[in-house]
Amino acid sequence: MKVLVPVKRVIDSNVKARVKPDQSGVDLANVKMAMNPFCEIAVEEAVRLKEKGVVTEVVIVSIGPAQAAETIRTALAMGGDRGIHVQSDTDLQPLAIAKLLKAVADEEKPNFILMGKQAIDGDNNAVGQMLAALLGWPQATFASKVEISASSAKVTREVDGGLQTEEVALPAVITADLRLNEPRYASLPNIMKAKQKPIVAKPAADYGVDIAPRLTVLKVTEPPKRAGGIKVEDAAALVAKLKTEAGVI
Amino acid sequence: MSVLVIADHDGKHVRDTTHKTVAAAARLGDVDILVAGKGVGDAAAQAAKIDGVKTVLVAESDDLGHGLAEALEALIVPLAAKYDAIVVPSTSQGKNFAPRIAAKLDVAPITDVIEVIDASTFVRPIYAGNALETVKTSDAKKVITIRPTAFKPAGEGGSAKIEKIDAGGGAKGAKFISEEIVKSDRPELGAAKIVVSGGRAMGSAEEFHKIIEPIADLLGGAVGASRAAVDAGYAPNDYQVGQTGKVVAPDLYIAIGISGAIQHLAGMKDSKVIVAINKDPDAPIFQVADYGLVADYKTAVPELMAALKQAGK
Repeated sequence: MKVLVPVKRVIDSNVKARVKPDQSGVDLANVKMAMNPFCEIAVEEAVRLKEKGVVTEVVIVSIGPAQAAETIRTALAMGGDRGIHVQSDTDLQPLAIAKLLKAVADEEKPNFILMGKQAIDGDNNAVGQMLAALLGWPQATFASKVEISASSAKVTREVDGGLQTEEVALPAVITADLRLNEPRYASLPNIMKAKQKPIVAKPAADYGVDIAPRLTVLKVTEPPKRAGGIKVEDAAALVAKLKTEAGVI
Repeated sequence: MSVLVIADHDGKHVRDTTHKTVAAAARLGDVDILVAGKGVGDAAAQAAKIDGVKTVLVAESDDLGHGLAEALEALIVPLAAKYDAIVVPSTSQGKNFAPRIAAKLDVAPITDVIEVIDASTFVRPIYAGNALETVKTSDAKKVITIRPTAFKPAGEGGSAKIEKIDAGGGAKGAKFISEEIVKSDRPELGAAKIVVSGGRAMGSAEEFHKIIEPIADLLGGAVGASRAAVDAGYAPNDYQVGQTGKVVAPDLYIAIGISGAIQHLAGMKDSKVIVAINKDPDAPIFQVADYGLVADYKTAVPELMAALKQAGK
């Protein structure tokens, strides 16, 4: 079985995003970047499935500028077999990403696609669902447990109020939630080995799909700041404040 | 402009999130509501009372009853021909199917909208709420998910007509197996006026249960948790408040033993009043807290319980 794992390079999850003074976007110059945490979980799950002998090939794909290749290398160091770099210097929107991934899937014909449920920059939580729709495949989003069999996947999903288990016929798109696994750190020998693994690069324009933006970002602003609060001495003082000043109890 | 809102309901009752989504959708035009599920007659009758709703469409099947995205796609995509916008509450269910519909319609979805500027311009949080982007869409048809906590609910005084429609083609390739939904007498986390959340400092599921739940119950509030507490298994996944969990905006949010990671703040910083109890005076949670108590929760929470009881709680 072949699994395709799309990954995205984003701001490191421990770094606080800062809005540019001209409101044109978030300042990413000289900011630490990393693989999107949900993508890491998807890579880890794919590699574990390979280690269990369920999957034979893990193909990593990333869409973005030259540095996206570094993110692909990271995934290869975790255990991916080869990479596809869809080159784009402009920031593509989720619909365009889904269309490009569909084009990649049409070429690669994976048995299933495993990807993060959401990128922590745009916070859209949309590409996996859109990709499944464009391919005409079923989807299992927000996965906390995945069992792959010959022709289907049984997936436990994190939903409002608890968990839901469903079975989807393969091929399908599965998106990873936080508790699917804990991603490994790539070992130094594996990082060295990953340098030899093949990455094929192809410009986004060569896929022949419509990637023109549909949304224009008019401005990016800071959220309203909360006014600084106060420290209270003890529990009694806290209750007094909540009762008389805040009026919430 | 005509708008179709997809109702959020639990089978029997329409959730408050639906009223809030209708309020947002009414800014765009005339609102119809779709109630999709199984045995949803009561929920449809409630939806018909929401102010501003013209027609309630009801579609029922087993697949819709399980909320399968493929079944909702098969139902909603043909209906979308008659509407200028499809508006969905940004719940885990809404997030699951709305992008699917958008892709089928070749529309860029606009997710987690917190403000409607005009019929094609919207504000949404990005980067865990550390930035807000204002986007204008060029798509003629719109698919929008609404962050319910950002809108006041529409009232109930209407009497829309209810119309049964065909359930569509079902969930091709997907099958419901089972679900474990936590039954609780507490208010729902997303709709509660008071939320008490516990963090990693609890150290165990027993401690979480012993410390957080009684104070939530004393206040009639819901129980939440930080990602760290859920990851450690102290609390179930649906308690998680944060960037990728639930976004809450109660009147009172009490964070106990929560440091205040960026992704947690994203889920609660729009609460009206925030209280933080943490023994680390430098914990980031204090930067957003209206009232901070620097103390070990082990002594502070029992004292707080006693003080609340004395104050008549």
